[in-house]
Amino acid sequence: MLLAEDGTLGVDDWHHLADEEPIPASGAITVSFARWQTDEAILHARADKLGLRLPNTIAPQEIAGDVSRFALIVLNFPKFTDGRAYSQARLLRTRFAYKGELRAAGEVLRDQLLFMRRCGFNSFVVGERAIKENWAKAFSEFDVFYQQPTDGQGPWVMRQRLSPRNP
Amino acid sequence: MQIVTGNRLRDGVVIYFAGAGDWTPSIDKALVAEDDHANALLAEAQVGLPPLPAVGPVLIEVTREGDHLRPVSLRERIRASGPTTGPMAGHTALDANPAASGVDDYSI
Amino acid sequence: MYRYDDFDHRFIDERVAQYRDQVRRRLAGQLSEDEFRPLRLMNGLYLQLHAYMLRIAIPYGTLDSTKLRKLAHITRKYDRGYGHFTTRQNLQLHWIKLEDTPDILAELASVEMHAIQTSGNSFRNTTTDPLAGVAADEIEDPRPYAEIIRQWATLHPEFSFLPRKFKIAVSASKEDRAAVKMHDLGLYLHKNEQGEVGFEVLAGGGLGRTPLLAQTIRKFIPRRDLLSYIEACLRVYNQYGRRDNLYKSRIKILVQSLGAKKYAEEVEAEWLASDRDAAALPETYVAEMQSAFTLPDYDKRPVDEAALQKAIAGNPAFARWVKHNVHAHKVPGHAVVTISLKEVGKTGGDCSAEQMDLVADLADELSFGEVRVAYEQNLVLPHVRRDALFELWQRLDAAGLGSSNINQITDIICCPGMDYCSLATARSIPVAQRIAEHMAAKEDLIGAFNIKISGCINACGHHHLGHIGILGVDKNGEEVYQITLGGDAGNDAAIGTIAGPSVKSDEVPAAIDRLVDAYLKLRQEGERFPETYRRVGQAPFKEALYAPR
Repeated sequence: MLLAEDGTLGVDDWHHLADEEPIPASGAITVSFARWQTDEAILHARADKLGLRLPNTIAPQEIAGDVSRFALIVLNFPKFTDGRAYSQARLLRTRFAYKGELRAAGEVLRDQLLFMRRCGFNSFVVGERAIKENWAKAFSEFDVFYQQPTDGQGPWVMRQRLSPRNP
Repeated sequence: MQIVTGNRLRDGVVIYFAGAGDWTPSIDKALVAEDDHANALLAEAQVGLPPLPAVGPVLIEVTREGDHLRPVSLRERIRASGPTTGPMAGHTALDANPAASGVDDYSI
Repeated sequence: MYRYDDFDHRFIDERVAQYRDQVRRRLAGQLSEDEFRPLRLMNGLYLQLHAYMLRIAIPYGTLDSTKLRKLAHITRKYDRGYGHFTTRQNLQLHWIKLEDTPDILAELASVEMHAIQTSGNSFRNTTTDPLAGVAADEIEDPRPYAEIIRQWATLHPEFSFLPRKFKIAVSASKEDRAAVKMHDLGLYLHKNEQGEVGFEVLAGGGLGRTPLLAQTIRKFIPRRDLLSYIEACLRVYNQYGRRDNLYKSRIKILVQSLGAKKYAEEVEAEWLASDRDAAALPETYVAEMQSAFTLPDYDKRPVDEAALQKAIAGNPAFARWVKHNVHAHKVPGHAVVTISLKEVGKTGGDCSAEQMDLVADLADELSFGEVRVAYEQNLVLPHVRRDALFELWQRLDAAGLGSSNINQITDIICCPGMDYCSLATARSIPVAQRIAEHMAAKEDLIGAFNIKISGCINACGHHHLGHIGILGVDKNGEEVYQITLGGDAGNDAAIGTIAGPSVKSDEVPAAIDRLVDAYLKLRQEGERFPETYRRVGQAPFKEALYAPR
């Protein structure tokens, strides 16, 4: 099940290709980073949407020139306390100008959703708890932030205090 | 000889497993298991619907001294009786008014 | 000091509401302890031996009387009437109930306080010199920068799940009074040849199992690039810091394994690739922050220095207090006063609610309402007229706050240890008490001496940096103590060396006595213990320590 950044729940209609599976001629598929490296030419030749599953041990720099090929990049939180994907997400969105869907997978829990969205994730792989516990509410817990992106995807700037001392 | 201890979820008070889903702050009322049944005791202490009353349940070794159970480790004796020094010396979190106790003996 | 605006108030209120809901969900069984633990740690709440412990943030150690009175109120209402000032300038309360914590945080929010990120694997309190703003050797006040970093680091979405905790310290004076070199990231404020303000950046300091001093990775980063550069440092750490082993996950391990040079290169590369202009600190922003930390409107009446000297001449106890607890101020006729929380026989760093209220009153009357917390676990009044010192001392002394031992041998840094802390392997407070009682009579003879005691290897008592450091360990169920020698904080920071086999609990005071005696015999004019130790080496001290009696 997928949670979107606007809080709506939906179904994941991508096929996540296992490394040993042959590449289908059509359909939206994601591949592992290893598969992308070996079968790039075949994948590039397909017409349908392509997604990449990037481990949290690979620097986004490695796919810097290729981000426009992907309609979806899936990043991983092996444990929710492993925060490497937050940096990957921010780099993909800012430095490498990735515009497609950025999805959080792995141990994705309610109390990290807002951090994830602010780093540029716009979809989240969740389970039944997300419905039972109304995880969508997590996105609106704060409406002020000390670190403010300019337009949601742009570079980050320090919050400018709006006070009588500095109108 | 072992018993199970943890801290009460809502207030952190030191508690001991008394069996049948019950927990008590009185160590003497803890359910005792011989070493070869200790793991079963720990498992029993973790049965129940969340939230479990005790956080971080663990087995600790005790000896029996008359009617009393006494932890073997100094750490657990401190948990059972309170800090050995300072304004709360000899008092646990449950004590209502430690300032009135007049305790000024800092030995354990 | 910095005052919250609408933005800050709204943020902190939303934080309290978020936390209140997290506690509700925990108590309702919706969150497991594993899921909840990082969340409560991000609001400074630990589970300790006897109860929950709340670590309240005191950003860069600055308080005012309103905040201090609120702390006194909180420890009366929700705790046991006393608090413990820590080695990171925060306050700990050791008898807290989880179910009270949302209300406690709401009360703190009402006076612009919080417990955000005083634990957890993110940025902790950015600490600084307790004499900030009033020290004569200061280039400029470091606190605006500490506040800028604090805001930037608060709930930073990219860096809230680092491999481990991250501690930053800033110093802006010739003398480092903030122990910068023991921090994950250290900043020394400098001016370059053009007179522009910038920072020397050091990385990879930390105590614990692998004590290491921070190394300079950049000699000068212009002020405008401070945050973008820190971000680069953190991004490299977030991506490459070890996550496989809890004891190898601090940035000091990464810097050590890469080497400072390679780490610096990685940071530089990351920084150059980033959008530095977008992340630059505008001068207007810095100026606005600085305007929050101006000096008070000091009373211009002439200071009656003669009255002070008369009081000193007539009262040896007061004279001693002036000698040790009163420090030079950059404004003539004024002084910075350290209030000792190290009364011999009491728990160092502890302060009762009544004492907090008294200090708040004294601050209002004599220090423009301002109080600081020193990492040595004492309090500081930064703006006292010299002719008010005698009255101040008398009132402090009546409340058990008049100990005249700052930086002396009974001014011991000591963690809570196994009397309170679930991480501890031995008790530390009783050892500190017995050492202080044993050595008090010789205190004047000895002069400046820093003993630091930790109840476990995590080193919250900074034992690695003590002239004599003491580490409590468990040996087959018995508390024994390892002695380290020659440590030092500050500009000439040094990690102490282990003296030899550990010492039994009841033998520690006499062991310290023998070490100090050896120092007194060997020292040359003006030498503190670390200097003597560096000159003569370990051998004479080892011999004195382990001499058969």
